[in-house]
Amino acid sequence: MSRIAARFKALAAQGRGALIPYLEAYDPDWETSLELLRKMPAAGADLIEIGMPFSDPSADGPVIQAAARRGLKAGATLAGVLDMVADFRQQDNETPVILMGYLNPVESYGYERFCRDAASAGVDGLILVDLPPEEADVLAPFAKANKLDIIRLVAPTTSDKRLPYVLSHASGFVYYVSITGITGTRSATTHDLEEAIPRLRKVTKLPIAIGFGVRTPQQAANASSIADGAVVASALLSTLAETLDDKGRATAQTLPRVLAQIEDLAKAVRNADGKVV
Amino acid sequence: MADPKEHGTSAVQSNSLRHQPDERGHFGGRFGGRFVAETLMPLILELDEAYKAAKADPAFHKELEYYLKDYVGRPSPLWFAQRMTEELGGAKIFLKREELNHTGSHKLNNVMGQILLARRMGRTRIVAETGAGQHGVATATVCALFGLKCVIYMGATDVERQKPNVFRMRLLGAEVVPVTSGAGTLKDAMNEAMRDWVANIADTYMLIGTVAGPHPYPAMVRDFQSVIGTETKAQMKAAEGRLPDIVVAAIGGGSNAMGIFYPFLDDKSVRLIGVEAAGHGLDSGKTAASIERGRPGVLHGNRTYLLQNADGQIEEAHSISAGLDYPGVGPEHSWLHDVGRAEYVGITDNEALDAFQLCTRMEGIIPALESAHAVAYAAKIAPTLSKDTLLVVNLSGRGDKDIFTVAEHLGVKL
Repeated sequence: MSRIAARFKALAAQGRGALIPYLEAYDPDWETSLELLRKMPAAGADLIEIGMPFSDPSADGPVIQAAARRGLKAGATLAGVLDMVADFRQQDNETPVILMGYLNPVESYGYERFCRDAASAGVDGLILVDLPPEEADVLAPFAKANKLDIIRLVAPTTSDKRLPYVLSHASGFVYYVSITGITGTRSATTHDLEEAIPRLRKVTKLPIAIGFGVRTPQQAANASSIADGAVVASALLSTLAETLDDKGRATAQTLPRVLAQIEDLAKAVRNADGKVV
Repeated sequence: MADPKEHGTSAVQSNSLRHQPDERGHFGGRFGGRFVAETLMPLILELDEAYKAAKADPAFHKELEYYLKDYVGRPSPLWFAQRMTEELGGAKIFLKREELNHTGSHKLNNVMGQILLARRMGRTRIVAETGAGQHGVATATVCALFGLKCVIYMGATDVERQKPNVFRMRLLGAEVVPVTSGAGTLKDAMNEAMRDWVANIADTYMLIGTVAGPHPYPAMVRDFQSVIGTETKAQMKAAEGRLPDIVVAAIGGGSNAMGIFYPFLDDKSVRLIGVEAAGHGLDSGKTAASIERGRPGVLHGNRTYLLQNADGQIEEAHSISAGLDYPGVGPEHSWLHDVGRAEYVGITDNEALDAFQLCTRMEGIIPALESAHAVAYAAKIAPTLSKDTLLVVNLSGRGDKDIFTVAEHLGVKL
């Protein structure tokens, strides 16, 4: 069983959903983001999403755009991101790691080579924002050969007619983009989510995580109990940005504050009720 | 919904070069495509259906013809540039006068088609990206004409260097949003327009101004612009009794070039030359020549030649012309380059400035800096060609918007 499947199965047995915090690789530098990655599981991360910085993140809001810019300024490369994961895997062989980003750096690296190197570094899944199932044939065979899950995005705009097509290309879990918009801007209501998630359940047995607009512990608790997990990104990156000095460098506050926020989110997710086992 | 694998790389039905792209929006099975986030995917598919239906509807074409004739002012003349021809002493030079269209460029051809489509689709809010502001002005114009809300994203750097167009757009009732991310040019404006669209899908139509973006935009914009080439073909036959030998057009995203090239793709005797902005020089590191100095990659919804670094990060383009200042190019050009049907060359900022003045003084026509790149290449090769060579330059826009930039480069204070 893959790390992703094993983790969701274990959490289901505990009767709760997953907290999936996001960090941008190299934000604000390689060492700090690796340190944050290492400490995330103890702070309560059940799965971890790592953003691969890209120059033109067209689905992202200002907070992730700024994080990507800091990452690139710090010299981010895909090879460096994979090194981070490999380093993390020396201490943690259970927490699933998902890389999220845009297609061009991966195409530039080479699809086959990337899937091979990502798998051997210990990556479990890939979310490529601008790779819809219609174009996924460039990557899918290599991901499959290397046992990497391709995590599919589903949006409120994805019609019931289209849903089976999208989900037939999914593995690992399904990422529900809860709003029509860019990351970190607005939030879906509980009512929206309660309507949306059953629509997906009818078509897939995969776990479902909710992202885009999940910011507070309460929202994370809500989302993870309606679905099977909650992704929190912009809220954590905003906190990280606040702790940087005027030259954009990490300070003594950077790790403690981001980790404390993850702890608060984790507490809420773990205490959320209403999760049906 | 068909799985891509089912119709995969379906073979082109004939030897014609005019049957691209395939159902997936791929040119030559490689370029183009639909690389967008899932939130946008259903909208792109809906647009594809709507455009197919409009294309098959004679009423749509009739309506478009009406506006092209009485509002845009088509057909545009094919002007024999006699003094320039004599001065250069070689090929016979003709200018396709797209700068005479309403709003001063070829941009309105496409915008007119898309706004009629947006109306058919019931959209009431239009967003668009713009570089030089020509596409923004054209879009703001039709939004005024039809009473639609209009939001134009423009890089902050471009807002600064294209002030007259910014003011025109605002006069026309558009909201112009300066984009400060990146270098504040066309690429960044495109990112921001896509972000707006994804956040406002219910009422918004994204009106892309060039032959790039996710399918069906590259094919649709080409179709709307191909009126340029269709007219040129008929006008040249009327004037000279035959096809031109060479067609030259400037390329940023490549819509004016695609528009004039497309009807000639199967006429193998006609050389098609796309002129990219070399900026400070092709090897200066400050260039916008995506085909000559880029490599294929994925940006803004399509696979095409891109200026990018070794890690696949997109690089900033540079050109004196805001309309050519883009690190990518339409996917059909990438394909035409790879199959060798069209040639792609570079013209520097300084060569374009010289041609700007040459065209102005010799023909009394002030070309846009974008179009001046095409004039420059024509001026470069004309003396090497025989006097019976028929050379058409697509004069895609007028240069009034550029006089401040040109004055600054010539050291003149206005």
